[in-house]
Amino acid sequence: MNYELLGITVLWTFLFGYLIVASIDFGAGFFMYYSTISGTRHLIHQMIERYLSPVWEVTNVFLVFFFVGIIGFFPDIGFYLGTALLIPGSIAIVLLAIRGSYYAFTFYGKASSPLYNLLYGASGLFIPAALSTVLTISEGGYITVTDTGQVLFLAKKLFTSSYSWSVVLLALVSVLYISAMFLSYYAHKASDAGAYRVVRNYALIWSLPTLLSSLLVFMAIYFHNREHFNNMLELWWMFALSLVCFTVAVYCVYTSKHLGWSFVFVMAQFGFAFYGYGAAHLPYILYPYVTIYNNFTNPNMALALVIAFILGLALLLPSLYLLLRLFLFNTDYVKGRHGYEPR
Amino acid sequence: MSLLYTYDPVIFSRLLTSLTLAFHIIFATIGVGVPLYIGLAEWIGIRKKDFHYILLARRWARGYVITVAVGVVTGTAIGLQLSLLWPSFMQVAGHSIALPLFMETFAFFFEAIFLGIYIYTWDRFKNAKVHLLLLIPVVIGSGASALFITIVNAFMNYPVGFTYENGLITDVNPIHAMLSPAMPSKVAHVLDSAYLTCGLVLAAIAAFALLKGQHNTYHRKALKFTMVCSFVFMIATAIIGDLSGKYLALYQPEKLAATEWHFETSTHAPLILGGVLQEDHTVKYALEIPYGLSILAFSNPAAEVVGLDQFPEEHWAPLWVHYIFDMKMGLVAMLVLITFTFIVELARKRGNIYRRWLLALVVAAAPIAMLTIEHGWIFSEVGRQPWILRGIMKTAEGATRSDHVDLMLVLFFLLYLILGVSAARVLMRMFKRNKVEDELALYKQ
Repeated sequence: MNYELLGITVLWTFLFGYLIVASIDFGAGFFMYYSTISGTRHLIHQMIERYLSPVWEVTNVFLVFFFVGIIGFFPDIGFYLGTALLIPGSIAIVLLAIRGSYYAFTFYGKASSPLYNLLYGASGLFIPAALSTVLTISEGGYITVTDTGQVLFLAKKLFTSSYSWSVVLLALVSVLYISAMFLSYYAHKASDAGAYRVVRNYALIWSLPTLLSSLLVFMAIYFHNREHFNNMLELWWMFALSLVCFTVAVYCVYTSKHLGWSFVFVMAQFGFAFYGYGAAHLPYILYPYVTIYNNFTNPNMALALVIAFILGLALLLPSLYLLLRLFLFNTDYVKGRHGYEPR
Repeated sequence: MSLLYTYDPVIFSRLLTSLTLAFHIIFATIGVGVPLYIGLAEWIGIRKKDFHYILLARRWARGYVITVAVGVVTGTAIGLQLSLLWPSFMQVAGHSIALPLFMETFAFFFEAIFLGIYIYTWDRFKNAKVHLLLLIPVVIGSGASALFITIVNAFMNYPVGFTYENGLITDVNPIHAMLSPAMPSKVAHVLDSAYLTCGLVLAAIAAFALLKGQHNTYHRKALKFTMVCSFVFMIATAIIGDLSGKYLALYQPEKLAATEWHFETSTHAPLILGGVLQEDHTVKYALEIPYGLSILAFSNPAAEVVGLDQFPEEHWAPLWVHYIFDMKMGLVAMLVLITFTFIVELARKRGNIYRRWLLALVVAAAPIAMLTIEHGWIFSEVGRQPWILRGIMKTAEGATRSDHVDLMLVLFFLLYLILGVSAARVLMRMFKRNKVEDELALYKQ
């Protein structure tokens, strides 16, 4: 494997990590809001809060990793996207900032309000919708470079493109599906029957739309970027495996058995689809301006970044394991036998 | 009005970056410094079996989480804004100084994981020391974050570790790039001033409670502990500050010369304090300390100090950095005075550290310390102008050419206003609801 491929794989992995943990977080925020208006808040609120509290900070870091890493490995992408995405990027920052800080204010500072709940729930849907458009843009056709070297973002084209909206739809539906699947596992582990009934319903409701909207995106790619579509067909087995994982995961939740495995299969389902999509996209990062080969950093920097990455992982994986062991895989904590409030 | 308004993305990019950094640095400073105090307090509490110190650690940690949240989101903002506002600069930076940026993320990740664990595991371990151990990665992680980011800033001031030919950067040595001569004094200064400022902020909280008449042992212990620490860091700051001046004289003489209004290269150079600059570069109403600049720069009253005459005028930093720098030093003088008075009163046999005027001064020291940090960064960043990457890339070349940066400036101003006000309100409510007395009573049971 050459550095270029190694670099993009590392970055793609961070993005995948973000996709999973952020989806859980965003979806949980939405469900919490939805439960308030549908009258089931008392059933699921505590369970969601107990999960989110110790991990919310970690979620953001995956995203930071991705965009700091991409500037390191592929410095030119920052130039194109940075110039083009000033406004959507800034709006995404504002949404992330409001969501992150207000989360801490409510849960640590105990400052709840209906307006806040709405903001928290809504931002959980707006952020993935906004971030997913970056993937759309990378498909090509939404950025032009003028004769003077000015990079322009064709916002109107993006907003009127059916491809763009199909990706947004998939992002929203996936967020709700991933989150509900995870919360089913978590509620089951906590032996919280009331909460489990609610979130299992959410999970089953959102499973079929997940499947349908991914098919819709397939179709949209076919019309938007035929080259990418053909590459994806060559990797058909990855998408087939993704479908198999989806079936197993939903079946587990449907029968309420092996819910831990069910979520592993959810991750595998998205893993196969995400890496399949990414591999088919190569060598382009931003079609047709930036490829992993023409716009790679110098070899010295690449080597240094890879070494730093390996050393960093050696530090982080045990720490993450500790975090998961103390909170996620600790039955006493999950069941609320340890106080979960910071005291 | 519209005739006067001309849109220049460079100006607005600079303004927006300054705004984000000015807001972020408050929370970043707290983020770096406070874990040290939490850890020390918990350690003393465990060693002396003194629940006052344990409670200090708990209450500080509780407030700390709120500030960390704002620090995290504004840190994410500046991380993204670097690419949005300075795309050309980040293209060059990606090739040359991406390594510490990447490592900073790891340090931050490390810190975030353990902070999450720390605040949720009070009383969870039979051995209290295990809980204290969980804080060590937070202290190290936040310190390392400051280290790596300051390394990037040092590189912008004095880039090393590559060959620069025909406008292209080649032969990059990523490790060497991290070891700019500007790095040691800058890193030491940033870390030390964070620890000093946080000591003073925590001391101000205790002094404020004492001023309001809550005369219990808890606040007295907090005040003494934080002020003694602040005093130690104050002395360290003085030494490191002096080294920073000597670094400038050697490596960035144009920055020192602009700061000190030193126009002609000369030996036995005097130090100009205050003053008003005239059109013809003479200075009025200033206090001149003979040989002062030569001593400051090289510890030698006869040393030759390079003046601005050695540099083309278009490479001079704006000469108003002198005012910023002198204001900063004025604020520092106040901090020195307050900490020294406190220590003298503490050490004196018949001294009394609980005099109202002294407590009021300690309360004032916290905002003064934050203002010092703000002035320090303004001085450091404006003093590097016109360069974003000294000698390689001008600030104007690094900025975006996008429209609407002015709109984004308004958007982010509102965001920081809302965040700042909410954070302050949440913190105040948090500590009003959980009174020290009530929590102490819980412990005594």
